[in-house]
Amino acid sequence: MRSFQPKWIIYHVLVGGFVLLLLYPVVWLLMSSFKVSEQIFLTADHLIPDPFILENYVQGWKGFGGYSFGVFIKNTAVFVFITLIGHLISSALIAFGFARLKFAGRGFWFAVMIVTLMLPYEVVMIPQYIIFSQLGWLNSLKPLVVPAYFGHPFFIFLLVQFIRTIPRELDEAATIDGCNTFQIFYRIILPLITPALATAAIFSFYWTWDNLLGPVLYLNSPSKYTVSMALNMFLSNETVSNWGAMFAMSIVSLIPVFVVFFIFQRYVVEGIATSGLKS
Amino acid sequence: MNTRLRENLWGYFFIGPFVIGFLAFTIIPMIASLYFSFTQYNLFSPPSWIGFDNFVKMFTDDPRYLQSLKVTFIYVFGGVPLRLAFALLIAMVLNAASRAVGLYRTLYYLPSLIGGSVAVAIMWRNIFGDSGIVNLLLEFFGLDAIRWFGDPTAALWMLIFLSVWQFGSSMLIFLAGLKSIPVSYYEAASVDGAHFFQKFRSITLPLLSPVILFNLIMQTIAAFMTFVPAFIISKGTGGPLDGTLLYSLYLFKQGFEFFNMGYASAMAWVMLVIIGILTAVIFITSRFWVHYESEGGK
Repeated sequence: MRSFQPKWIIYHVLVGGFVLLLLYPVVWLLMSSFKVSEQIFLTADHLIPDPFILENYVQGWKGFGGYSFGVFIKNTAVFVFITLIGHLISSALIAFGFARLKFAGRGFWFAVMIVTLMLPYEVVMIPQYIIFSQLGWLNSLKPLVVPAYFGHPFFIFLLVQFIRTIPRELDEAATIDGCNTFQIFYRIILPLITPALATAAIFSFYWTWDNLLGPVLYLNSPSKYTVSMALNMFLSNETVSNWGAMFAMSIVSLIPVFVVFFIFQRYVVEGIATSGLKS
Repeated sequence: MNTRLRENLWGYFFIGPFVIGFLAFTIIPMIASLYFSFTQYNLFSPPSWIGFDNFVKMFTDDPRYLQSLKVTFIYVFGGVPLRLAFALLIAMVLNAASRAVGLYRTLYYLPSLIGGSVAVAIMWRNIFGDSGIVNLLLEFFGLDAIRWFGDPTAALWMLIFLSVWQFGSSMLIFLAGLKSIPVSYYEAASVDGAHFFQKFRSITLPLLSPVILFNLIMQTIAAFMTFVPAFIISKGTGGPLDGTLLYSLYLFKQGFEFFNMGYASAMAWVMLVIIGILTAVIFITSRFWVHYESEGGK
């Protein structure tokens, strides 16, 4: 029973205590969202709201410009869903090509893909904006979601690593049974890479849900705003005492992130540990 | 159809989306961006060629640019080592325990999970407010409250603390690395009478050095491109007194607030060169501190 030795009690007090300190700001944000706005900073040293009110959530949910926060959540959900589907389909196809097929130029294109992993978005941001504006795509989701259908280097890399662990004998057996290359992908490989696809899906969700720069560049009308943009608007409209509503909607924006994390924790942790995906 | 041709067709059928996407969304924009960087271009009238003027202006006639470069370097060289040191320390502490590691690992990862969000930037802004909990804590310990939004240096450190707070993903990578070091090495060292720091220096650090290299490069690049926290915490201004005017934020302002698309493109290329040099320097110096087992060092 080594965990009851004094050494381990001290360990848990220190390690547990320190993590509580790290997470305290988030708890403070949560508790403050149930306080009367005027009291948030007067009572910053008390965690428990008195009185405990839900008014901030009602106020915040009203949104602005005639659009409720529900509209922003729906917009973000659509943005996330279309992006995620694109990332998964394209990255799975591309990863299969790199991991399993022999063709002229494979090494070259794989190297290109690795380099794009490290390429700052800023370098392509301005010309992309100009191209998309000439296509008439401004103020729509297109500039944000269409590129997702051409693969994402992180996910391609993750899936390539995963496919390489699958024995090639499976492919050979399928070939003997008369499968063509696409059928090997679709019937053999695709079902076997679902854990890696789950990891990719989760990170696609996080990155899209948190994305601020893209929506700020491309979406102008409040009816199309995402949650990140709406929070940014709350901040720039920050009136003297409306912190409560802003805190409340900040909490609302974090709920999906926490829910997905606690359901799919294993995939997140393993995804980071094995491929170095960062959030 | 011969086999070679068929193999190539199948290959490009699968990686085709990447090739097309790379041409359309990366290489063509990069060429365009390189061209714009030698022009004056405001999006409304055609670009006019001005040679190296943008680059000359950056380093000789734009104090705000030099300021943004300065704060970005402080942010990167202050934040990344602190964040990695923290990540390694916590990873080692968690690795030492046999129980509850899973729970702690989850809890310590949480700040990193939500760290990129606007919500957390808003939270950070408020805990560092004049009467926020950070100042309450300072006063509790008998220190003077700091006006985090009044002083450019303090504001920048507020951003650095936010990046250090999100050490969780580096910590997970370190933990995975630590788990792959055989316990027998430590046992053998203990038998030989090595104390904690000797074991850390002679076993942990060398065996973990490839992981440290990976984290160092990825985190340095990511830190150089940081945008959201500076944008939210300074409400898009980069203030106070340009103290939080990170490179990406200034580039964004030049491009989409002042519509100096040519200048912003030139800034992006300088950024690419700086990141390239930093990565190259890290790689070259890594020969002296990264240990690969296949070299037969053991």
